[in-house]
Amino acid sequence: MTSKQPALAAAPSITLTDLSGNAINPSGYKGKVLLVNFWAAWCIPCRDEIPQFMVLEEKYRARGLESIGISMDDPESTLRDFCREYKVNYPIVAGNQKIAEEFGGVLGLPTTFLIGRDGLIHARHAGAADFPKLEHEIQALLDKR
Amino acid sequence: MNAWNQVRAGFCLLTLLTAALALGQSSEPAPGGSDLIQPAELVKALQSRAKPTIFYVGPRLIFLQAHIPGAEDVGPASKAEGIDKLRRHASSLARDRFVVIYCGCCPWEHCPNIRPAFAELRRLGFTRVKMLYLATSFGSDWVEKGYPEQKGE
Repeated sequence: MTSKQPALAAAPSITLTDLSGNAINPSGYKGKVLLVNFWAAWCIPCRDEIPQFMVLEEKYRARGLESIGISMDDPESTLRDFCREYKVNYPIVAGNQKIAEEFGGVLGLPTTFLIGRDGLIHARHAGAADFPKLEHEIQALLDKR
Repeated sequence: MNAWNQVRAGFCLLTLLTAALALGQSSEPAPGGSDLIQPAELVKALQSRAKPTIFYVGPRLIFLQAHIPGAEDVGPASKAEGIDKLRRHASSLARDRFVVIYCGCCPWEHCPNIRPAFAELRRLGFTRVKMLYLATSFGSDWVEKGYPEQKGE
């Protein structure tokens, strides 16, 4: 299911730390198209999607796509094991209530947002993403300069 | 009927009886209508005099952002601590109390919390337990429909 935010809200400015200790802030990607995926390791449809996000990341990175995976409700050890097993090719951070609320509420997993080069949230996918549609949205946002 | 056919008939009967016994004792609720309550039905029940006791059995991070008014957070029921908490919160209730449990953490068929919670309440003897059917998530199937919600603890 895809729905757009009622008005284009700005990507929240909140700093999280990825598994490598790097600071990650969704508002710090202006000029790039940012895919933000809220997920959990215990969530089967979340796990099923991640390889497809990795394919998108690989395919469109050179054109300006960046991705962040925000885990809700997983301990760090679980995330490290997951990333090692799946060889995730984008940053994974541990989320919290604040970041979820800053995105307008994450009341189910998976939930995926697309942020344009303008730093605004252009799309939100609640539940498992429709990947052909998502890819089309990514291409359209990448084409906007 | 010759002896061999008698043996075969007996074996078939035994198999059928075993299957029937297994089904009857299954702790996994079948996704049938009588175990479920739809969101619109629950909204009506919340407005009635016979309000159910509501237990939320999913991840706390979702509960804190939004939950059904009056719901008690006992989750996540996929973990032993969650089942213990559910058991403690339900222990004082009459076993014929109308109880609704819900999660909405992820798509219904994949939810790791709702079925263990349902099975536990049935095991405890509750006779009027229903699972709130949230097809995609609490956000999509409750909050975005404009149904009542509360934030925080």
